[in-house]
Amino acid sequence: MPRARGSIRTFATSSALLDSLLFIEHKNGEINPATLSALTAAQKLGGDVHGLVLGSESDAKAVAEKASKIGGLAKVLVSTSDAFANQLAEPVAPLLKSLVEEKGYTHLVAGHTANGRDLIPRASSLLDASQVSDIISVDGPDTFVRPIYAGNALATVKSLDKTKVVTVRGTAFDAASTEGGSAAVEDVPAGSPEVPTKFIEEKLSESTRPDLGTAPRVVSGGRALKSAEGFVKYIEPLADKLKAAVGASRAAVDAGYADNALQVGQTGKIVAPELYFAVGISGAIQHLAGMKDSKTIVAINKDPEAPIFQIADLGLVADLYEAVPELTEKLQ
Amino acid sequence: MRATLVNQLRVLVPIKRAIDYAVKIRVASDGKGVDTNVQHSMNPFDEIAVEEAVRLRERNKDAIKKITVVSAGPVKSQDVLRTALAMGADDAIHIDIPDKSLPGSLEPLAVSKILKATIDKANEEEEIGLVILGKQAIDDDASQTGQMLAGILNWPQATFASKVELSGKGDKGDKVTVTREIDGGLGVVESQIPMVITTDLRLNEPRYASLPNIMKAKKKPMKKYKISDLGLEKEIQPRLETLKVSEPPKRQGGTKVENVDELIAKLKEAGRI
Repeated sequence: MPRARGSIRTFATSSALLDSLLFIEHKNGEINPATLSALTAAQKLGGDVHGLVLGSESDAKAVAEKASKIGGLAKVLVSTSDAFANQLAEPVAPLLKSLVEEKGYTHLVAGHTANGRDLIPRASSLLDASQVSDIISVDGPDTFVRPIYAGNALATVKSLDKTKVVTVRGTAFDAASTEGGSAAVEDVPAGSPEVPTKFIEEKLSESTRPDLGTAPRVVSGGRALKSAEGFVKYIEPLADKLKAAVGASRAAVDAGYADNALQVGQTGKIVAPELYFAVGISGAIQHLAGMKDSKTIVAINKDPEAPIFQIADLGLVADLYEAVPELTEKLQ
Repeated sequence: MRATLVNQLRVLVPIKRAIDYAVKIRVASDGKGVDTNVQHSMNPFDEIAVEEAVRLRERNKDAIKKITVVSAGPVKSQDVLRTALAMGADDAIHIDIPDKSLPGSLEPLAVSKILKATIDKANEEEEIGLVILGKQAIDDDASQTGQMLAGILNWPQATFASKVELSGKGDKGDKVTVTREIDGGLGVVESQIPMVITTDLRLNEPRYASLPNIMKAKKKPMKKYKISDLGLEKEIQPRLETLKVSEPPKRQGGTKVENVDELIAKLKEAGRI
C-alpha cells in the first residue's frame, strides 16, 4: 500500500511511519562523504529520511542547498545560529533531542566520524536511548550489525528503545548520489543554545592527496620506515604514483614518522579501499581492525612470519628499501 | 562542602576491566558472546585517563585535592581499581554488578547513569569537578560513555583529548584548554570546570606501578556500593538485545609473490592497477 505523502501526512508521530533524522556533517561548505554513506544506511530503515544541516547563517544555507540535491532525502531541515558554527556537542545535542521528540522521528542517524562520535552519544543520552555505534549492516528497522573487539567479532543487536540512535561506518555503505534529489528545505528555529565550550582553533593537516577515509587506494607505512624521511622517500612517491592516500600504523605515528591523522586502526581511521599497501607493517590486531575490509591487500615485509601475510592477498617478502623504489619505478 | 578551601578539585576517573588488548578473541560456541575466560586488564584508554589525572596533579600541585577511580562490574573489577590506586589515585569506588544480574551487558547509557549517581553521592563529601574517561573501551568499541555522562550532567565535554591544560586552582569556573584529535588534524577548545574529558592515545604514556606503590595501594580506601544503593536497578537494564555474536568473514589465504614484477602482474590481472 502506498504511503501517504505531502500535505496529507500531518501526523509524523504515527507509529507506522519510520522516519529518520540524518545529521548532515559539513566543513568548508562540503558535505562529509560519511554522511552520504549514513544516508544509504538510513534508507534501509523503511521510512523517509530528513537531513539536518546546522551551522552559522553564512554556511548552513549553502550546505542545505547542496543537501537538497542529494538523492534520497525527503526533506532538508536547516537551523542557523552562530552557536552551531563549529558543531560543538553542547549546543547541537539539545536541538537533536527536541527535533526528534517534536517531529516524532523513530531514528537518529549520523556518520561514525570524530564529529558524529562526539555529538551523537550526547544527544542519545538526552533522549534516554542506548546508541548503536559504527553499524556495518541494517538487518531491520531495529536490528543492526556492528563490529566489537577491534572487528574480531560481529554483534547483531536489536534496539528496544523508542528512538533508535545509530552511527554508521562509512566504508560499509555506498555513498548516496549528490545529484538527482529535489528535497524541500525547511527552516527550524535554533532556540537559544547554550555554548559552554569555546572553540579556539583547528590545525588541519594539509595534503593534496586523496582523503584517507574515502580514497580508493591507500599506501601505509609502519615502523620499518625508521624515520619521517623514510615516509617521504619511500611511501609518498609510491602513493603519488598510485594516486593513493597515505596511511600509517600506530607504531609509525607514535615514533613520529607520520602525522596522527594518518593512523589506520581501531583507534585511528577505518578504511576499506580497493587496494591497500601495507609496507613495513607487521599487522597487529589493532592495525588489522582498520583495514581488513580492503578489497585487495598487498604486504611488503622482510619478515615472512609477519601476521600481515595471513590476511594479505599478495605478499612480497622483501626489503622495502629495495622493493618499494623498484615498484614505484616500474608502475606505469 | 567546604567552599572556603581553595584546593577543591576532586577528579573522578571511571575505568573498565576489559579483555586484554593482546588476547586473540574467540567467539563463544553458543553464538551469544566471546570467550571471556581469558586475561583481562584495565582498558588502555582508561590507563591514559588515570595517568592524566595523576600528571595534572603533578603539574598543578595546588589545584587537585583528590583523584578517585570508579569501576562498575563484577568483583574482579577491584583488580583494575587497585592498579589505578598503584598508579597514583587516592581512593576507589566499586559499584558491584554481578555478571549474572543482567540479561545482557552493561551499556554505556547505564554506565553514564551509574556515574552520575556516583558523582551525586561523592559530592556530599567533596565536589567532583572533572571527570576523565577513556575515549572508548576496546571490548564494545562504543565510544559513548563520556559524552553521555556529560549530556545527563549538562556539563561541557572535550572528547579525544591529546593535550589537557588546567589554568587556575581547580575551582568551579576555572578554565581547561583541551587539544582534541579530530578528522584531518587537531582542534582546540576551552571550557570550564566542571567538565568531562575523554582521552585519546596520544595524551600520554601511562606509568607502570612500582612494587612499593602496589603494596601501598592495598591500604588505600575502596568504597563498595551495590546498584540498589544507587537506586538504579531498573535504569541499568539493557536496551539493546544481542541476538548473536559471530566471527567476521575470513579472508582467503593469500599468495606470496617472488618479486616486484610478479606483484605488478598480479595486480594488473586483478584489475587493481
